[in-house]
Amino acid sequence: MSLPLRPQPCLEVRQLSVSYDRRCVIDAVSTVMHRSRITAIVGPSGCGKSTFLSCLNRLSDLTPGCRLSGSIRLDGDDILSARTDLIRLRRRVGAIAQRPNPFPLSIRRNITMPLEHHGLRHRDRREAVLERVLRRVGLWREVRGRLDQPALALSGGQQQRLCLARALALEPEVLLLDEPCSALDPVASGVVEDLIASLRGATTQVIVTHNLAQARRLADDLIVFWTDEGRGTIVEQGPADAVFTSPQSAITAAYLSGSRG
Amino acid sequence: MRAAEDRLLLGCLRLAGAAAGSIVLLIVAYLLAEALPALQALGPLRWIRDASWHPAGGAGAGRFNLSPMLIGTAAAATGAVLLATPLSIASALFCRFYAPRRLGGGYRRLVQLLAGLPSVVFGFWGLVVLTPLIGRWQPPGQSLLAGILILTLMILPTISLLAESALAAVPRAYGQAAAAMGLTRWATIRQVMLPAAITGLSSAILLGAARAIGETMAVLMVTGNVVRTPASLLDPVRTLTANIALELGYALELHRSALFVSGLLLMGMVALLVGISEALRPEERHG
Repeated sequence: MSLPLRPQPCLEVRQLSVSYDRRCVIDAVSTVMHRSRITAIVGPSGCGKSTFLSCLNRLSDLTPGCRLSGSIRLDGDDILSARTDLIRLRRRVGAIAQRPNPFPLSIRRNITMPLEHHGLRHRDRREAVLERVLRRVGLWREVRGRLDQPALALSGGQQQRLCLARALALEPEVLLLDEPCSALDPVASGVVEDLIASLRGATTQVIVTHNLAQARRLADDLIVFWTDEGRGTIVEQGPADAVFTSPQSAITAAYLSGSRG
Repeated sequence: MRAAEDRLLLGCLRLAGAAAGSIVLLIVAYLLAEALPALQALGPLRWIRDASWHPAGGAGAGRFNLSPMLIGTAAAATGAVLLATPLSIASALFCRFYAPRRLGGGYRRLVQLLAGLPSVVFGFWGLVVLTPLIGRWQPPGQSLLAGILILTLMILPTISLLAESALAAVPRAYGQAAAAMGLTRWATIRQVMLPAAITGLSSAILLGAARAIGETMAVLMVTGNVVRTPASLLDPVRTLTANIALELGYALELHRSALFVSGLLLMGMVALLVGISEALRPEERHG
């Protein structure tokens, strides 16, 4: 893998605050996620990590009563602006949920249906993408003979890889991963983790994880969230090596060494 | 202690289940017993081969052709289901995915009110408003068309409410996944929500159809009740249910038994519907 020498900003978050029904859950956080790198977000439960992630593709819009302020720039465009085309945004920023959530369709339709809706008219080209992304996530040999069977009959790990393939089929610039391994068994978890690592350099990835060892293995950059009376804030951020070896804040040091959080 | 409670609960549930099941069986047995004299006296074919429906003359002089009424029931119910299904599903989709929260809530209340309206009120409205309207266009107005329209109104709330709860039972994760994939609302509905809810939607339609077959009073008030196979939508018809309601009061002996045969037919039609929906149901998915 070859990373650019000087990391370029991809997502720039400035003074982002989030509230649910007027209750503030994220308080004025600012950070930058760099192109083609893996940014891991860690922190204790309930500190707003997943909420933060859901703002990056505006999936937060689906939660009634959720209000955002501040700005999030994706390649310079403020995605919180009312004029943002959400369909286009979500095509550029893909997302993987904690629990695998394939559509209740066949394995094939899970990949080809969204492609069709994003304007890929030729059936042959859709089939080509289908094979390419299923190979990319290592599912092709496992499912090539039963592409028309229901995706929900796959194992949890296979479902999560299918979701990853479904997201990759749209060739997103950014991939958001919300604890993508936490609902999987250790072997399946390892497979998915290797996939994420293999996408380094190709896609900008932002991963929320509870697993510090995983964060240490995957992250190029690290963001540590903490909660201050229910308000999520960022206590520390920077290149992962630096944060892990010499954390600046006492909270981070205690959390990363496993004695808190 | 726990085990004793569980046994008691299990006992009660078994009793309730057995009671519900045996009520259905008892009704079928009663219908069969009452219909048997006519079935024995007339055989299986006179119900469709006789020249007409003049059941008062006994086995010799009486005429027992039920088919015009069977066709009337089937035509009225089919028409109503065909009209009501798209409207109801559109209504459920509006309520679930398009209406702002307040408007959706109020709209749902209205539909529930419509579902609770007594059928005689529908019939009354049909009699004084709908049939004269059709009559002005094509007299006499009391017709198969009027029956279909009234039945459509009556089963619309049934199908709509059941369809909406089928849609509400679709896991939230599907909607989230669809949004995260940048699908439009309509694509989400058509590709994800409707297929995921198909079992619930088909049983909603089935229950609507069963209600349409069984509805008596409102249909009786607007269809004219002439025993004749309808040649067009504007012809008057008599349904099996209306026939029972109109004649049971004075029917004697074989005539009375013949009405029970038509009751048995109605039961058979509903059973057929349940069987069809059971056969169409996709196998349970696991995982």
